[in-house]
Amino acid sequence: MTNELDIFVGNTTLIDEDVYRLWLDGYSVSDAVARRVRSGILEQTGATAAVLQSDTMDHYRTFHMLERLLHAPPKLLHQLIFQIPPSRQALLIERYYAFDEAFVREVLGKKLSKGTKKDLDDISTKTGITLKSCRRQFDNFKRVFKVVEEMRGSLVDNIQQHFLLSDRLSRDYAAIVFFANNRFETGKKKLQYLSFGDFAFCAELMIQNWTLGAVGEAPTNPDSQVDDMDVDLDKEFLQDLKELKVLVADKDLLDLHKSLVCTALRGKLSVFSEMEANFKNLSRGLVNVAAKLIHNKDVRDLFVDLIEKFVEPCRSDHWPLNDVRLFLNQYSASVHSLDGFRHQTLWDRYMGTLRGCLLRLYHD
Amino acid sequence: MPGKLKVKIVAGRHLPVMDRASDLTDAFVEVKFGNTTFKTDVYLKSLNPQWNSEWFKFEVDDEDLQDEPLQITVLDHDTYSANDAIGKVYIDIDPLLYSEAATVISGWFPIYDTIHGIRGEINVIVKVDLFNDLNRFRQSSCGVKFFCTTSIPKCYRAVIIHGFVEELVVNEDPEYQWIDRIRTPRASNEARQRLISLMSGELQRKIGLKVLEMRGNAVVGYLQCFDLEGESGLVVRAIGTACTLDKLSSPAAFLPACNSPSKEMKEIPFNEDPNPNTHSSGPSTPLKNQTYSFSPSKSYSRQSSSSDTDLSLTPKTGMGSGSAGKEGGPFKALLRQQTQSALEQREFPFFTLTAFPPGFLVHVGGVVSARSVKLLDRIHNPAFVGIMGNTRSYKLLDWNSFNADEPETRDAWWAEIRQEIKSHAKALGCHAVVGYSESTSICEEVCILSASGTAAVLNPRFLQDGTVEGCLEQRLEENLPVGCGFCHIPYDELNMPFPAHLTYCYNCRKQKVPDVLFTTIDLPTDAAVVGKGCLIQARLCRLKKKAQAEANATAISNLLPFMEYEVHTQLMNKLKLKGMNALFGLRIQITVGENMLMGLASATGVYLAALPTPGGIQIAGKTPNDGSYEQHISHMQKKINDTIAKNKELYEINPPEISEEVIGSPIPEPRQRSRLLRSQSESSDEVIELDLSHGKKDAFVLEIDDTDAMEDVHSLLTDVPPPSGFYSCNTEIMPGINNWTSEIQMFTSVRVIRLSSLNLTNQALNKNFNDLCENLLKSLYFKLRSMIPCCLCHVNFTVSLPEDELIQVTVTAVAITFDKNQALQTIKTHVEKSLQRASTDNEELLQFPLELCSDSLPPHPFPPAKEHLESASSNSGIPAAQRATSVDYSSFADRCSSWIELIKLKAQTIRRGSIKTTVTVEKASPVAEGNFRNRSAPPCANSTVGVVKMTPLSFIPGAKITKYLGIINMFFIRETTSLREEGGVSGFLHAFIAEVFAMVRAHVAALGGNAVVSYIMKQCVFMENPNKNQAQCLINVSGDAVVFVRESDLEVISTQQPTANCQPLCTGGEVTT
Repeated sequence: MTNELDIFVGNTTLIDEDVYRLWLDGYSVSDAVARRVRSGILEQTGATAAVLQSDTMDHYRTFHMLERLLHAPPKLLHQLIFQIPPSRQALLIERYYAFDEAFVREVLGKKLSKGTKKDLDDISTKTGITLKSCRRQFDNFKRVFKVVEEMRGSLVDNIQQHFLLSDRLSRDYAAIVFFANNRFETGKKKLQYLSFGDFAFCAELMIQNWTLGAVGEAPTNPDSQVDDMDVDLDKEFLQDLKELKVLVADKDLLDLHKSLVCTALRGKLSVFSEMEANFKNLSRGLVNVAAKLIHNKDVRDLFVDLIEKFVEPCRSDHWPLNDVRLFLNQYSASVHSLDGFRHQTLWDRYMGTLRGCLLRLYHD
Repeated sequence: MPGKLKVKIVAGRHLPVMDRASDLTDAFVEVKFGNTTFKTDVYLKSLNPQWNSEWFKFEVDDEDLQDEPLQITVLDHDTYSANDAIGKVYIDIDPLLYSEAATVISGWFPIYDTIHGIRGEINVIVKVDLFNDLNRFRQSSCGVKFFCTTSIPKCYRAVIIHGFVEELVVNEDPEYQWIDRIRTPRASNEARQRLISLMSGELQRKIGLKVLEMRGNAVVGYLQCFDLEGESGLVVRAIGTACTLDKLSSPAAFLPACNSPSKEMKEIPFNEDPNPNTHSSGPSTPLKNQTYSFSPSKSYSRQSSSSDTDLSLTPKTGMGSGSAGKEGGPFKALLRQQTQSALEQREFPFFTLTAFPPGFLVHVGGVVSARSVKLLDRIHNPAFVGIMGNTRSYKLLDWNSFNADEPETRDAWWAEIRQEIKSHAKALGCHAVVGYSESTSICEEVCILSASGTAAVLNPRFLQDGTVEGCLEQRLEENLPVGCGFCHIPYDELNMPFPAHLTYCYNCRKQKVPDVLFTTIDLPTDAAVVGKGCLIQARLCRLKKKAQAEANATAISNLLPFMEYEVHTQLMNKLKLKGMNALFGLRIQITVGENMLMGLASATGVYLAALPTPGGIQIAGKTPNDGSYEQHISHMQKKINDTIAKNKELYEINPPEISEEVIGSPIPEPRQRSRLLRSQSESSDEVIELDLSHGKKDAFVLEIDDTDAMEDVHSLLTDVPPPSGFYSCNTEIMPGINNWTSEIQMFTSVRVIRLSSLNLTNQALNKNFNDLCENLLKSLYFKLRSMIPCCLCHVNFTVSLPEDELIQVTVTAVAITFDKNQALQTIKTHVEKSLQRASTDNEELLQFPLELCSDSLPPHPFPPAKEHLESASSNSGIPAAQRATSVDYSSFADRCSSWIELIKLKAQTIRRGSIKTTVTVEKASPVAEGNFRNRSAPPCANSTVGVVKMTPLSFIPGAKITKYLGIINMFFIRETTSLREEGGVSGFLHAFIAEVFAMVRAHVAALGGNAVVSYIMKQCVFMENPNKNQAQCLINVSGDAVVFVRESDLEVISTQQPTANCQPLCTGGEVTT
């Protein structure tokens, strides 16, 4: 006696959160059943394994049918086939678009293309996340990217509107889209200690300050569509950053800058002598990063450069985080007292964001 | 020219991509009604077209309005080739034809294609302007309201209940026409859907005409079914109960009347001992009269098909009324006369209702049923087919002009069966049949027609207009005992139609009641019940040799009696095992397949306080000398006794008991009274024959003489009770639970198993079938575990045998949550009350103290002498059952009587209980909480779809139905040629059923409703051909679209118009009217 056909359809679609999680995690029906058995559900409910199997199959079938709708969440709200209470709909969407930290670190900043998709096998082996789940997460990234890539207006708002995600998750997706678009390198060994949260933090600062959308109220060219976007860095701004080079190229300016910082910080830093000795190197590093950003290649290496040029030297001298903060604050502020320097606004736009990023990146 | 139909196509959304190149669609819409077609403009390159069309106007006869569906087809425009169809929407405009129902149909409808399923949605507005024409010869019956609900709809009052209406229409099945060989599956499916839609429209109109003839204005308990007879055609038939209904005008007025049962029950006062009723007493027993007739379709002579037809008509009628006159005194005689005259005008005094206005149901006799096996014959008529295929295919042909015999044949078949039912009812001393239903099972060219109902005596007050004198009416009402009256036997105990064991009613002690009562109706709301009820099922398979035509039909006819017998025995056994004494909502389904017959009976077991406590089950071995065998038997016996005790605890069956010593006194008293009556009526006194005072309870004996019997006993014990927190029943209301909260979940579950074909025996088959049903129930309990505590109500099992080795079981039910805490409280207070009551009763009326005896089941062996005395033929009775296949059925009637004798039981102790499971405690908070949760949902549903509830029940817990919008009756076909790609058979059917639900909800929402009540999936025919990667499924559903308002909302906004309150339908903001 075998069950040829076995279905259960409710007027209100039944959603079992535990089974949904197993499905999202990419387990096959039999694996999911095994896991549910281990969870002790049989003992709690007095059900048999056959019942569990049938139940799991039913849920998997429902999720499979819902998946098509989850690809465009507003459709889930308007469709008539599954009657699902709004709170459940929100849960379905949010969970579907949730991703694993381990996975996102692997693909963050990579081009969301077929090539990367082929590497998912390796990522799956490396992270222990099932290939199915990797695919779902990758496809989610790609889908969101495709939809909002060319859109005007706030990136976070666009994502929220088109995918009905929570604020938190929308911000995360904004970071993923931003990184994928600018192809920031995040996979190098020396970047491994950084979490997705670190990058997302930096991405948010950069979106707020370095993109065209950031110019906000006074757009340079109000008629241009392409320009009013959060995903691309402001080219003009990057161009202008070359002007900062004078800070290190002009020997007098560099000395003056150094003396201003040293005067202000004397006695306040535990690593004052190291700072004094390293000042020119550090400053050169930071200003050169800025000056090079006009090249795409160097944009991609932004995080590598920041680590190499700033984080690592400081870390090797064992700067405490608080000293880094004091230094960066003073370093940025002192420029205002340099009489010969004319690019104060530019400097603030650059350094304000960079300071935030560096502080976030400076940890073990 | 009495009607103008206006249609506007507003917009579409989520359309499928029809042009691969652009990933877009150039959609337009064809709107067709009758012969007229309109088209919208093509909306280029969009998946969300905004047509915003003009109003398309159709000027049509009201006859057409009733018959025809509005057909909306969405197409993709193609410049170079034929336009591709995206899908269709059929809209039944019937609800717009009665004044009180919907005024406009407006909303998003799923666009449905029989091959691809739902493909996007379309927003449509439909209106009808009706012109009155009063003086025409009417062919239409606009204005007659139809209800699927099998009780008087909640916001109406029954003025008169006229009675039975039936009609059937026959046509050729498009699937079997020659043209089907050359047309696409899609065209064929659509032809079928359209034809059935037309046929149901016509059927409804014809029934409406009959209702108007009877001067009624509504049909209640309308049940329409399809018989897919294959090559011999397609039959659409319907039955219902014609009524004159009055709308309860103001919402305030119907507040008490249209409550959910929880409140209704509350209002019913505790059962006070009624005045002695003067009319004749008599118990009723769950007698099932069966007839089996087999006649090849060509013989039109009405065969006297059953061996017990002689029970029928004249002799018994005469006797029945005669004795009534004799014993009952003038009053009863008058009642009987009047009812009879009221009913005799009717050909068939049948009622499809299962619940009745208070006072309508006087007595219940028992279940009556009839079955008949028929041969379907192919009709050769090429000329006819040609015409169907061509010019007039949109319009129903009058079959009579082609094959005059055909509908008559079907009519005659049913008339024959109904006649049987009528005569059975008469034999039970009843003049009417309630809870009546009809069904068929078809396999190849063999068809089993079945009809069943509950024989009853009705109060004439509702049946006729003003013929009943006021005083009589009043007296009647005074005299009707509340809570137990319906249990009293309607037949004369001296001329009982079958041997039954009668006792005095345990409630009123005035009238006779049977030991067990089987009915097809719902538990009357005022019935006095002890404890909770439960779902009881009897399941049975019988192998049958494959045979052709008449040989096959004969074989089936021969098997049927034994199936019925065994089903009945199983039911009786299980009922006893539960410690209960009555079945409600009994539905026995016999399904015929190529090589087997399946029987499935479902009912809700209840302990009626008025009926005696059932005896236990006694096991007797055949070879008592064998020691180990003996041990085995006693072990089994112990298990059974334990189960009974456990069940009693589980279902809270603890009627107040009266110890044996006490029984002596109460009985003589009523007996004397009855003797007195008898002597008045000069009746011979044979009362003594019914020895009520003997102190021994005759247990129900199961003889284990072979492995078969052993299996039976085992299978009895395999039924696992539902997990704690779950209850189930197949009636509307679960006896003993009445504090429903508002969460409901309706569902359909389908399972198909493939039997391993090797060495199939009846036993293996039975086990497989039993496991299938049990596992299905277990799965349901598991799935719905989050709703605990809850009750599965209206559990409806349907069995079909789609192929040789396949068994398909379809279940539709609704899970309703209830408040556990309150339930516990209730039980407590309730038990206290009942105890109190019982004692006061005893003290006041019986004048002896109450004693509770705790040991409820001392197993007494069945006295052999007694057995002899009672049923001389019982010896032959049992073996007959076991040698089922070899027995000639003509002698069945005799055996039938012998087994009824056999299964009689006698109470050892006379127990008295007048417990009512009513609650008077009202607790508003949980309900309100539930509502709050529910109400908080729609606000964020601003942009989403409004919630439409579906339930097979006639009510929605915690809510009031304020308006009936019309009947929903939909038929869908879905076919696939890519079965694997759609997730196999399960994926295919899962998606299809979800789509059917969606389409029902969309239609209800478009009518302005927010729920479907009395929802039923009447058919779910599934066929697969995995080798060809194909499958096809037909589903037919119906129900009543309604508007409901939460009770808590009503209280809050009681001054406002209640309907203004319920607008959960956001069917699209962009709709303009």
